[in-house]
Amino acid sequence: MKTLAAQALIAIALLLVLCPLAILGHRLKAIHALVYGAATLISIHLAGLGVMGLLDGDAIGSAGVTLPIGLPWLRAHFRFDALSALFLVVVNLGTTAASLYGIGYGGHLAHPNRVTPIYPLFLAGLNLTLLADDAFVFLIGWEFMSVSSWLLVLADHEKPENREAATTYLVMAVLGSFCLLGAFGVLAMNGEDYSFAAMRGAVLDTVEVTLLVGLVLIGAGSKAGVVPLHAWLPLAHPAAPSHVSALMSGVMTKVALYGLVRILFDLNRQADWEWGALLMLLGAATAVLGILYALMQTDIKRILAYSTVENVGVVLLGLGLALAFRASNEPALAALALAAGFYHVLNHAAMKTLLFLGAGAVAATTAERNIERLGGLIRLMPVTAVTFLIGSAAISALPPLNGFVSEWLILQTLFKAPSLPMWTMKFGAPVAGALLALSAALAAACFVRAFGIVFLGRARSPATLDARDPDPWMRAALILTAGLCLLLGILPVTVTSMLSDVSQSLIGVDLSESIIQGWPWLAPVSAARGSYSGTVVVASGLLMILVTAIVIKGFGTRKIRRAPAWDCGHVEDNPATQYTASSLAQPLRRVFGTSLFAAREQVEMPMPDEIAPARLSVRVIDPVWQGLYAPAIRAVDWLANRINRLQSLTVRRHLLLMFLTLMVMLVLAAIRRMLT
Amino acid sequence: MNFHYSAAHLIGALVLLLGFQLLYQRRIAAVIRSFAVQAAALALAAAWQAYIQDSPHLYITAAIALVFKAMIVPFALNWLVVRLGIHKTVETALGIGPTMMIGVALVALSIVLVLPVTQNASALTRENLALAMSVVLLGLLMMITRRNAVSQVVGFMALENGLILAAVGVKGMPLVVEMSIAFSVLVAMILFGIFFYRIRERFDSLDLHYLESFRGER
Repeated sequence: MKTLAAQALIAIALLLVLCPLAILGHRLKAIHALVYGAATLISIHLAGLGVMGLLDGDAIGSAGVTLPIGLPWLRAHFRFDALSALFLVVVNLGTTAASLYGIGYGGHLAHPNRVTPIYPLFLAGLNLTLLADDAFVFLIGWEFMSVSSWLLVLADHEKPENREAATTYLVMAVLGSFCLLGAFGVLAMNGEDYSFAAMRGAVLDTVEVTLLVGLVLIGAGSKAGVVPLHAWLPLAHPAAPSHVSALMSGVMTKVALYGLVRILFDLNRQADWEWGALLMLLGAATAVLGILYALMQTDIKRILAYSTVENVGVVLLGLGLALAFRASNEPALAALALAAGFYHVLNHAAMKTLLFLGAGAVAATTAERNIERLGGLIRLMPVTAVTFLIGSAAISALPPLNGFVSEWLILQTLFKAPSLPMWTMKFGAPVAGALLALSAALAAACFVRAFGIVFLGRARSPATLDARDPDPWMRAALILTAGLCLLLGILPVTVTSMLSDVSQSLIGVDLSESIIQGWPWLAPVSAARGSYSGTVVVASGLLMILVTAIVIKGFGTRKIRRAPAWDCGHVEDNPATQYTASSLAQPLRRVFGTSLFAAREQVEMPMPDEIAPARLSVRVIDPVWQGLYAPAIRAVDWLANRINRLQSLTVRRHLLLMFLTLMVMLVLAAIRRMLT
Repeated sequence: MNFHYSAAHLIGALVLLLGFQLLYQRRIAAVIRSFAVQAAALALAAAWQAYIQDSPHLYITAAIALVFKAMIVPFALNWLVVRLGIHKTVETALGIGPTMMIGVALVALSIVLVLPVTQNASALTRENLALAMSVVLLGLLMMITRRNAVSQVVGFMALENGLILAAVGVKGMPLVVEMSIAFSVLVAMILFGIFFYRIRERFDSLDLHYLESFRGER
């Protein structure tokens, strides 16, 4: 196993080398394709290492690699276990597709030289975080990831909204890292050093566990986009170039969840069921709010970013459930909930990468991200349209695609939660289940809207008229991820058996108890309660198509009947009379948005003698921004003004301030010593 | 050993006592002289530590303290005071009485803090550290309760004395650390001298009060 960790580290080192190469070769036209090509190969290699780690059960508990980097007495510790293997697969499937896409896409950006050198750094940061075996390496990887993605968000910094998005992102990233630092501090409080091995042994009291979970939730949650810390995500993710958006949404949020799992399921296993309930609550709220936000948007990439928020909520729900089961001594169910969450992580990485890459293809060829100005692209971009449709169906949880399997698994596990002794769970779990179902239904509505408005109907603006499918590399990336979505959906038992080791390493129980029937039936909990097989669904679907085709061919009439064509209900030959994105979302906006987002519609009718169009304007207010971020910004401003006065104190008063601070610290230390 | 300990304790306490003496002087010249005596006591402490620890390099520390801090610095300060015609009394921001009481509280605080923390160290080191920390805090107190720039500089130097007292008491402190502290004090002295000239040139006084009103804050 040591060799796997070492190989992964060498691959990461190669990624780091790509950065100076890209800078040195910035005058060459071919450098972009070269760098992305190399990144693709390295990503495939890393994903392969992850798969090998998952297949080989001996990965668990293996010795790590220690490199003499960093401070001389600390050194850097790396380790390759089942959890890192799983997330290496998740991350590198996404980066493989994005890098492949980048071979065609990276050279045609407005400023390719701002993106190509930083892209491999971003990949290195993502992978480094997964291999870390001490807090320093973890945080360095995490910061690498944050800072490089911040630079990528800034790639198009001529636009003021991108600069604003980048600043918001940076502030949230700093807050998140700071909280994670605190979380590691809590873990290392009683241990001797910051290595994960030492942290695993630490036993915390109730207050410390509370502090730990709170800090982790803020630290990892802000990166993953958990409501109410999601505000930066829909700003920053769409601002980056599309393949980077795909990685930020599909992969970086998963690394954040990895941090959460690593700390709450591996380093410290003391979190009580209340924390599981809190995670479930946050997850359900995040899922529903995320997808409702997505329904209000008209920017295609922003819709996808909000949909990421929703899916993070779904995963968080699964993780919270696992936490609650673990704390109430139901290890088999905890393992199942955890595996369901991981399955969704894997699925969402595949489908969100696919959707963002598809959106990137649309945006690149039409130079338009507002879906109100797109339409009818299915004829001009058939490959993009079909793959985007597969992604939309997957993310709307339609069988036989992958999104269905994981959401179904989470729901099935959720149905077992009322058997727990806690009344909160008895009543709360069905509510969470209802919210999860609601979010799945809203996601379907959201992606019907996204796909329908972009690809169906007729062109809504001239921007779409000469759109065409992207070049072969980008098409290959789209087809690859679409195939992955299909594969993950058709072979659920194969995937869950691979996840079994991960559950084994974190909960101590594998999935053999909870997944009862053999291949190809996936039957969590019990076969009588429900079982599913994507393989059988696909096989029977294909069989039915075959039968129908034979029946039609064999028994159908060949007589041709001529009749006037149905004009799809179009009365007027004007594209503006079609459904628009806003009109499609109007019913949902009225039902949910009126109270949640204070959505108000206003109709301005012209006076009878005026020649002016009537206008319908919609005002939507983000309650989280108004309620949390705006006051925080005001508070910081107020405080900064106060502190500003300290700038002009006299020499003696500055000294006095220092003296008093020192005194307070010393007295606190003295009091703490006396108490203990 | 017992005598070694008692003598080291006595000399350390002498440095601390001279730190208190610095606090209640009302004339600049007396402040400078007290400082010189404190530095000489410090040199004695260093020399004694050199003897009992059997580490000859501490004699160099003692020599530096004696030459620079007990002779050159006070002489230079005196010269500056005469040369610049500085007001000869100490302007206090806080009365002598309260200052002394705060000083006593600070000593108590540092003993409360240092003694339990250093339970594993030898008794000599512990006592020495507590004394040194008290001297540092008294120096800091002097800096904030005196308006006059000369007293503030002396407070700063006294603070340095405390640091050196801590340094010589710990076994194995490399010479280079002490040397650098000693020279930093000298550099600071030169800087302060220049600073005095500039203030004096502009305001005809070394009372920092004028500096404050110049900045339009009072």
